[in-house]
Amino acid sequence: MAASATGSRDTGPAAAADDRWRWFRGQAFWLVAPALLLLVVCLGLPLAIVTLRSFSEPQWGWQNYVWFFGTPVNLTVLQRTFAISAWVTLVCLIAGYPYAYVMTVVGPKMRLVLILCVLVPFWVSGVVRTLAWVILLQDSGVINSVIRSVGLGPVKLIRTQTGVVIGMAQVLLPFMILPLYSVMKAIDLRLLQAARSLGASPARAFAQVYLPLSLPGVYAGAIIVFILALGFYITPALLGGPRSTMLSTLIQNQVLSLLNWGRGGAMGVVLLIATFVLLALAAPLSRQPHKTGSRR
Amino acid sequence: MKLPGRILLGLFCLLVAVWLIAPTIVVVPMSFNDKKSLAFPPSGFSWQWYQNFFTNPEWSASLVSSLKVAVVTAVFATIIGTLAAFGLDRMKSRVSGVLRALLITPMVVPGVVLAVGIYAVYLDTQLVGTMTGFVMAHTMLAVPFVIIAVSASLEVFDKRLETAAASLGATQLTAFRTVTLPLIAPGILSGLLFAFVTSFDEIIVALFITSPYLKTLPVQIFSSITRDADPTVAAVGTLLFIATSLVIGAGLLIGSRQGKR
Repeated sequence: MAASATGSRDTGPAAAADDRWRWFRGQAFWLVAPALLLLVVCLGLPLAIVTLRSFSEPQWGWQNYVWFFGTPVNLTVLQRTFAISAWVTLVCLIAGYPYAYVMTVVGPKMRLVLILCVLVPFWVSGVVRTLAWVILLQDSGVINSVIRSVGLGPVKLIRTQTGVVIGMAQVLLPFMILPLYSVMKAIDLRLLQAARSLGASPARAFAQVYLPLSLPGVYAGAIIVFILALGFYITPALLGGPRSTMLSTLIQNQVLSLLNWGRGGAMGVVLLIATFVLLALAAPLSRQPHKTGSRR
Repeated sequence: MKLPGRILLGLFCLLVAVWLIAPTIVVVPMSFNDKKSLAFPPSGFSWQWYQNFFTNPEWSASLVSSLKVAVVTAVFATIIGTLAAFGLDRMKSRVSGVLRALLITPMVVPGVVLAVGIYAVYLDTQLVGTMTGFVMAHTMLAVPFVIIAVSASLEVFDKRLETAAASLGATQLTAFRTVTLPLIAPGILSGLLFAFVTSFDEIIVALFITSPYLKTLPVQIFSSITRDADPTVAAVGTLLFIATSLVIGAGLLIGSRQGKR
């Protein structure tokens, strides 16, 4: 709080230059204050308590972390959580990149249709959507009937990692497509024509001109998908089986079923740290679109 | 691009589009199932699951709770978020950058970790299963969406328009009311909608802080799915889909009419 207060005072000289805004700038911090207060009470305090309990229950010390990293099952689940998130990110990227590109080149009517397809998943409650995936993926489900009709044996999808990845990627795909699209629509397609006219093959024009320009969107989409995937709870809980349990399910189990706040808290802190380390590592990459944007 | 490549790309996009909307489509026929099963395609037609949704007090009570929580949340989140977006817009960019990053952290904090923490706080303060508890948690989760939506329209808003209004003799408040507010209203409105949907659809925190007396719709859906194969869930999903389509359709219609003017 203290740092932000001095920060708003720092704006003083800048405000003097633009006299009209002085009043507003003086108030700027107070406009943000209610949001910050809410954040401290409903986010800061809960996370502080989770962290505290991971060290204090049942007695003070590192015991819960020693237990977490000393139990092979936990490490398997931790590794699996990262693996599933990576797969989901990859699937979203492969499906989302061409889709976002097509959104930028089609006519306005077709674009509206494509945008609607991205937004429709948001219209149906997340839990209901997961139910739909249960219906689609079950052993006697639609996907398996299609596979069987081409003459292939039934594929086990429900309660497998593949099923979890398919369901999660569908939920997260819009988070990949939307940043990709917002970056791609700003790319001047005449640059590609210029590259072609200078003798570049289509593949080379793509790889050397389009791809680098679209990378900020790729980074932004991949980071948000990966991070959201790490914390997924509902989809793995309903679509997955014991062999596709993710960290969130273990945390829920420790706290609600076993009433072990210490161990659940330690797992939560591990997941939280993983999330923020990733964000910190990725921040310079994802800030790129901002830089290119501010050149205007 | 050559024609075969275009066709291939088109087919790929079609496939992705189907993948995106398949789960929405599949829920609709399930809701008219004549048997209490989730086998697809359903074997017969009936309205009984819709009837069940509206007559079974468990379902209707959870719908009412969800609507109440979401409406109050949307109002609070829109006010708090819009104020914050204005504040951030008026700040020095370095300070606002840090604050902005801080304010949108609820979007990236893993849901279960947050839920466990909130549950701990609420157990100590007797907020478990209360309207206040739900609204506080959901408002915190919804504010980032409002900030993003309003900031986006503030970013494209040309501040010289306010200066122009002032040079024509408008007071700061008049300029704000007659120039700024109408121009960023779409941002505020979409923030409001996002906030409503965030609360209405929120499940992870809700699962932890719910009680038999206050259950939101997603919690009811979740417990129904984990309990048995009840097509009422599909009926709820279909109703939600229709309701959202109507709201968004109306929004698009108003938007296009304003565009024509």
